[in-house]
Amino acid sequence: MWFLTGFYALFFYFAIIVLVAGVGYKIYEYARTPAPLKVPTMPAPLTRGGVVLRILSEVVLFRSLFRSNKWIWLFGWMFHFALLLVLLRHLRYFIDPVWGWVALIQPFGKYAAFAMVIGLIGLLVRRFTVERIRYISTPSDYLILVLLLVIGMSGMMMSFVVHTDIIQLKAFFLGAMSFNWQLIPSDPILLLHLTTVFLLMIVFPYSKLLHAPGIFFSPSRNQVDNSREKRHLAPWAAELEKAEAK
Amino acid sequence: MAKADIEIPEMREYPVIPILKPDAMKGDGPFVAKADFQTVLGYPGELVDNWETKAVEKLGDLLSCFRSLRVYLDSCVHCGACTDKCHYMLGTSDPKNMPVARQDLLRQVYRRYHTLPGKFFGKMGWQWGLDLIGAKEMDKAVLDDWYNYYHQCSQCRRCSVFCPYGIDTADISMAAREIMASIGKGQKYCNEIIGKVYRIGNNLGLPEPALRDTLEGLEEDIEADTGVAVRLPIDEKGAEVLLITPSADFFAEPHVDGLMGYAKVFHEAGISWTLSSYASEGANFGMFIGSYENMRKISLRIRKAALDLGVKRIVFGECGHAWRVAYSFLNTLAGPFDFLDPKYPVPQHICEITYGLIQEGKLNFDKSRNDDMVLTFHDSCNVARASRMGNVPGGQFIIPREVIKAACNHFYDMDADTIHDQTFCCGGGGGLLTDDLMDLRVKGALPRMQALKNVVEEHGVTHMAAICAICKSQFTKVLPYYGFNMDKIVSVHQLISNALILTGQEEG
Repeated sequence: MWFLTGFYALFFYFAIIVLVAGVGYKIYEYARTPAPLKVPTMPAPLTRGGVVLRILSEVVLFRSLFRSNKWIWLFGWMFHFALLLVLLRHLRYFIDPVWGWVALIQPFGKYAAFAMVIGLIGLLVRRFTVERIRYISTPSDYLILVLLLVIGMSGMMMSFVVHTDIIQLKAFFLGAMSFNWQLIPSDPILLLHLTTVFLLMIVFPYSKLLHAPGIFFSPSRNQVDNSREKRHLAPWAAELEKAEAK
Repeated sequence: MAKADIEIPEMREYPVIPILKPDAMKGDGPFVAKADFQTVLGYPGELVDNWETKAVEKLGDLLSCFRSLRVYLDSCVHCGACTDKCHYMLGTSDPKNMPVARQDLLRQVYRRYHTLPGKFFGKMGWQWGLDLIGAKEMDKAVLDDWYNYYHQCSQCRRCSVFCPYGIDTADISMAAREIMASIGKGQKYCNEIIGKVYRIGNNLGLPEPALRDTLEGLEEDIEADTGVAVRLPIDEKGAEVLLITPSADFFAEPHVDGLMGYAKVFHEAGISWTLSSYASEGANFGMFIGSYENMRKISLRIRKAALDLGVKRIVFGECGHAWRVAYSFLNTLAGPFDFLDPKYPVPQHICEITYGLIQEGKLNFDKSRNDDMVLTFHDSCNVARASRMGNVPGGQFIIPREVIKAACNHFYDMDADTIHDQTFCCGGGGGLLTDDLMDLRVKGALPRMQALKNVVEEHGVTHMAAICAICKSQFTKVLPYYGFNMDKIVSVHQLISNALILTGQEEG
């Protein structure tokens, strides 16, 4: 039992470190790399505030995807927002005492799992059946969907069919976080759930899951349309000019 | 190019997403630039030794200079939203013309050499790992696909409108072309033209005397037509406006009718203006080949011309990508323009000038002079999706239409999903307006031709107006393949020229 606990505690630390450091480094890289030209997809907002609204409409409503394809939008949006609810619900296993609003959303988070799995199945079926999407799919595209499905379904099993010792699980996580290890329940479904979640965290910074931070840095979406009013010059372009002036 | 080589796609009543035909457009791509055309632009004359490594290194350089490239190569989730949005995909059915598949040609090399898993699997020699993440070695087959398919993208940005992350295939195409040119495989058409701009001043290689001659001829034409002496000045110091226009405006049809329109507008408004023989070109093919340096070098010619001539404003004529470079990049590349009159934006579009004068009531029109035409308007991609006119977002859609309506009685828009920011490319933009790509150009025009056919049948549209030199040339060439008359395409300022009543003009 202690072996299992030690293994999953270390696995948990490793996954957290890879996720945070990996995504952190990517964000640093995006932020550090200049966007030398004004390239917003027009029509674009004329102010910073307008850009914030534009990004919000993409992040919250998937506006461009909605304009593009209603089926992908439906399944994609359903999956992402169900996932958000599910994640927020899971906060209760990592905080003590549980915050009021986290307690409040428990039932929503629980049933959101259905929407999440339905969304994922929809996306997977499209990947198989729509010729154009099948053509562009790589093995990792399928694997990530399958990974998420396993996470969602194993979680639902524990919520609705075979419960795990959730009190002990919370003790494990609180213990792991305070470096005071507590035993992990050894149900196979729980272990499968945790393994797939940790794997997802580890592949996050090295896969297409980078679309999450990416969208905030996308020059075609986050630039203000003010090129005539304000001169936009990247540091390397300024160097180029200086070198020439000599 | 013989007409027999071109397979014209069938027009349907409703646009249909085609069934994929893999390798339908596989080929050698457009003619490769000869050594002379390469070296003038600062590129090696032929494929360098070690080009595989050099290409990977160049990609690394670009990744550190362009955030767009980094974010776009990382973020694609293969959702498929863009797969039916490209006019070349719709016209050719080749799956590699789906924007995501086109991007993946570069992305697979990025994944192999510039991501951790790619480097790891590559070092271990684990092919299954590379397959898993969609990574590929840089080799001859990849380079051939790059050259062929990155020259089947007109950089129109339609896919970027629909991408949930705004991934812009135009940026990726530009990067790929820059990498290819830098290892010695540039495109003949674009590079030869840029060379002409450096040597002579414009894309067409028209020297100053020829230019003067043409302009004098046009002045005579206008006077014969209207009885009013309207000038088309060149190199006139102290003029208020420097007009930068694509060189096709100097002689091609219907472009030249547009140029006469600009001249009449300036004349009627009493604005003194001049062309420049040094910067006698609005086009900037540096953008098409993805070269910041060349794009900048071409832009600096405009700055120099403005300084030498002592003008107060810069105005651009009807040209799509020129307006993108002008509106979005000119200030960056050749600014600051603090020596110009701060009352006006730098630069301005000729449609903004005409629209402003219409608003002020300074232009008188006899719309009935255009009554032989029923018009529609083709939004040019670079104007629609990469720039603006006026002071509200979307002004680039409103202003040209208002200008047309001021001069014409009959105007109908094409279907909503084929105009404004959803407009379809003419099929010849992005450095593809060359005879060696005629088959591609005909096929790429399909979605626009279908939308045009609809308004022809529903509203009896007889003419389509455009504000882009490439669109005008492309449509003149491809309209006949679809059973339309080649002079169905007109310049917006040609309509203005027809209907504008000049002060002192004899009625007739």
